[in-house]
Amino acid sequence: MSAPALRRGPRRLRELSVRVGWGVIAWVVGIAFFLPVLWMVITAFKPESAAETWPPKFIFTPTLSEFHLVFSGMGPFLTHSVVATVGSTILVLLLAIPAAYALSVYPVKHWRDGLFFFISTKMLPIVAAIGPLYVIALHLHLLDSIWLLIVLYTAMNLPLAIWMIRSFMLEVPSELLEAARLDGAGRIREIGGVILPIISPGLVSTALICVIFAWNELFLALNLTVTNAATMPMFLISSVPQEGLYIAHLSAAATVASVPVIIVGWIAQRSLVRGLSMGAIK
Amino acid sequence: MRSSPVKLRVLAAAVCVAAPLALTACSSGGKTSTSSSTGTVTVAVVSNPLITGQMVPLTASVFEKKYPGIKVKFATYTEGDLRAAIEKDVSTHSNAFNVIMIGPYETPLFAKNGWLDNLSTQFIAKDPSYDAGDLLPPIAKALSYQSGLYAVPFYGESSMLYYRKDLFTKAGLTMPAHPTWTQVQSLAAKLNQPGKVAGVCLRGLAGWGDNMASLDTVVNTFGGEWFNQQWQPQLTSPAFEKATNFYVNLIRKYGESGASNDSFNQLLTLYGQGKCAMWYDATVAATSIATTYPSIAAKTGYALAPTDVTKSSGWLWSWALGIPQGTDNQGAAWKFVSWATSKSYDQLVASKYGWAAVPPGSRTSLYNTPQYQAAAKAFAGITLSSIDSTDPDHPTVNPVPYVGVQYVDIPQFEILGVQVGQQIAGAIAGTETVSQALKNSQADAAAYTPAELSGS
Repeated sequence: MSAPALRRGPRRLRELSVRVGWGVIAWVVGIAFFLPVLWMVITAFKPESAAETWPPKFIFTPTLSEFHLVFSGMGPFLTHSVVATVGSTILVLLLAIPAAYALSVYPVKHWRDGLFFFISTKMLPIVAAIGPLYVIALHLHLLDSIWLLIVLYTAMNLPLAIWMIRSFMLEVPSELLEAARLDGAGRIREIGGVILPIISPGLVSTALICVIFAWNELFLALNLTVTNAATMPMFLISSVPQEGLYIAHLSAAATVASVPVIIVGWIAQRSLVRGLSMGAIK
Repeated sequence: MRSSPVKLRVLAAAVCVAAPLALTACSSGGKTSTSSSTGTVTVAVVSNPLITGQMVPLTASVFEKKYPGIKVKFATYTEGDLRAAIEKDVSTHSNAFNVIMIGPYETPLFAKNGWLDNLSTQFIAKDPSYDAGDLLPPIAKALSYQSGLYAVPFYGESSMLYYRKDLFTKAGLTMPAHPTWTQVQSLAAKLNQPGKVAGVCLRGLAGWGDNMASLDTVVNTFGGEWFNQQWQPQLTSPAFEKATNFYVNLIRKYGESGASNDSFNQLLTLYGQGKCAMWYDATVAATSIATTYPSIAAKTGYALAPTDVTKSSGWLWSWALGIPQGTDNQGAAWKFVSWATSKSYDQLVASKYGWAAVPPGSRTSLYNTPQYQAAAKAFAGITLSSIDSTDPDHPTVNPVPYVGVQYVDIPQFEILGVQVGQQIAGAIAGTETVSQALKNSQADAAAYTPAELSGS
């Protein structure tokens, strides 16, 4: 063996061990994140009296009784969650795309102030605004209405969506836009025909994040709705009694509640990875 | 070049103004209070098994069939969320709930504020089939204000001592029918097997309905009190301190480990898994043990709440239904309330789920029913005598200016009870001494003036 080959050997070994090391770390972290979820799913199939034991039970007779209970009661909650989530996400995209355009491709006057204003609305803790929100909703007869949740979830997600979509739009090469303009494309054509197809992975990841936030939102729903617009997170907390066991039931309800988000995330996986790394190339 | 963004902005502004107006127009219907006997009845309830497992399904399968014009919707909450939701609703007159589930703590306070219907005069007087005289007297009294019933009980509870007969026999011990706390302490010392079985399981989790409920009954029976007749806090008085030291030491020496995280559910699990030789908690736990852990239920004995210098010491609570003032469909609301708290509801539960599962502690007639006596003979008698021996007007040795056994019926107690509960949980966890915890608690209580506390 020649001298350079000898030198290359240990280097390759080092590279390999580094790669294996990172792989192991990734797996350990992945499993650490996944185990509680797995445990939740396992617990959902246990009878209530075996759900919380020490040492934990791995062998048991699985039962679907908790799932039966969950499915029998969650219908309206699921519907409200779907309507509020889908409705608000569509509204967010409809409003955020033109707003992001006006803050990136053709920045309006004082665009920095605009950008800061949008994000500053996220700086006030929502708990500080709940009193006025409740009173306003009460006087507009909007308490316990799905419209209220759609409007509030739109407002909640809009700043983040504008910031995200703006950063994606900044990535669109200006030569492309100029070429489109030379071909006589107007504003609408420019957005619809050139920009949106390029940033579509970014839009998907933005939409997904809006869906997740709206789907999991509890505070506003709990304080502003009762039965006509009550959402899935309210269904989850309603399965926690003060005088009675609930771990298996809560696990079943939480498993069911997380399925839609997992499905949406799984479908959008490829776009999501591309979208999330889009802003990172800069 | 600037024209189109301007146009867009004008459009956006127009949409922003128009949308809420349109929404308002869509949803603003006629909003006047009605006494209609039909329509939708929205009921706020606590998510305990007797409600979610029985009341909710029976309402759909029986009540709504019996009254086709009435649609009942349930809003189910945890205890803390329920209190917040109801208080917000009745105090702002939002009228989202036609029926609310409350207890003896809320009922007199709400009634005083004019937030509740007087059920006695508005409904019971015109509804002779609703036998209000059959309601257990201490519970009915706790749900009354100026001799009118403002809520009617769905179920009621006191507190009692559960113990494992098999462990007692094995150790050659016997449990007196009416034990003292000193006896419980010496029994716990003999039965305690660290790491395996705790001598006695007690609540340690901070909260006025958690550790403070148990501790308050101990304080009362040791002769302690929250306030004297002049509304001066008495949390550092010798009796209060002696009782708290006793309770905290009992847990730390012979109680379950990690007790400062435990309340009803955690202790039910521990007891059901055979990890407690004794357990002091709500009488309704008897129903939970019987339905969830039948093999442990067969080995369980029941004794009255342990005492010291008073004759009895059990607490008194009830989950009851009330109708907020000024809400719609009051006739329909009363139809639901009277159905869910009636004698025939007990029969209905018995036919579907068995007599042992019937909501306990609300009506005398249940305890005179032979089938219930047979099905719940181990704990029915003791539950009834526990409830009957409570007196929320005279909870301790000295006369006190407040009402309530395991709580003080003043609006400030919701905060004060939690603050003191946190101090006690700290003492149980060993992060501070009992005397330090009580000094801090006394300071918390002293933050209110006697005038504020007495409401004068």
